[in-house]
Amino acid sequence: MKKNTILRDAALILVLLLVAGTLYFAFSANKEEGACAVVLKEGEEIGRYPLNKDGVFSLNGGSNTLVIENGYAWLSEASCPDKICVHMGKIHLNGQLIVCLPNALIVTVEGGDDGGVDIFS
Amino acid sequence: MRTKKVAVMGLAVTLAMILSFVESQVPAFVAVPGVKMGLANIAVVFVLYKLGWREAALISLLRVFLVSLLFGNFASLFYSLAGAVLSLAGMIALKKTGLFSEIAVSVSGGVLHNVGQIAMACLLLQTDVLRYYLPFLVLSGILAGIVIGLLAGVLIKRIRLEA
Repeated sequence: MKKNTILRDAALILVLLLVAGTLYFAFSANKEEGACAVVLKEGEEIGRYPLNKDGVFSLNGGSNTLVIENGYAWLSEASCPDKICVHMGKIHLNGQLIVCLPNALIVTVEGGDDGGVDIFS
Repeated sequence: MRTKKVAVMGLAVTLAMILSFVESQVPAFVAVPGVKMGLANIAVVFVLYKLGWREAALISLLRVFLVSLLFGNFASLFYSLAGAVLSLAGMIALKKTGLFSEIAVSVSGGVLHNVGQIAMACLLLQTDVLRYYLPFLVLSGILAGIVIGLLAGVLIKRIRLEA
């Protein structure tokens, strides 16, 4: 009986691992180089910055600062106390995210219309 | 047994709060938000096996409200609540089947907690781009759930409340 329990546990964990793998290939495995950093505030797009133009941008009335350099985008400053978004690192692949929950701000990377991703795909 | 039960539940909710606090002091170590051990779930799984599902639900929800009140904010209450409710539902259902050990029960709790939080984040931020994190959070929920399940299993075996 004890042995059966362990087998069932293992089966459940295996199924969940397969779910994680499937979700990964469905949502996260995009390795395409992005063209634009897109800033979303509560689901609305409030800004779009090409990754091939370096610059420093103030977002959302100054609550966060977006830096674009050498094809990478990251947040260098945030008004919130925990600064999680600042520590989330640099993004450059399609679908990658930086999230600032306190300011309800999301920065993501897209192929973009002016990035010419359609030329390659 | 009644007085003892009240005392045990008081201890369990205190323990869950302390474990939540300790965990909140450890800085996030990965680039995916929401990845954590879920130490407080040790107390919830323990109570689920020792006292029952109503008691476990009470401990979990009390912990969420008290921790958000003391150390969190209004937004963190929504995220915690979504995670806790989904996680409790899954753990209680899985335990009721009687087919699995506390490890699988805890794993289902860990995974569903993370799914609940992501769902709440998608709702509050009104976007589905956050699904990018879902596979990482399912994986981290599995790993954390195994560890928490092992720990809770030891406690369930070693601590006897009947005496």
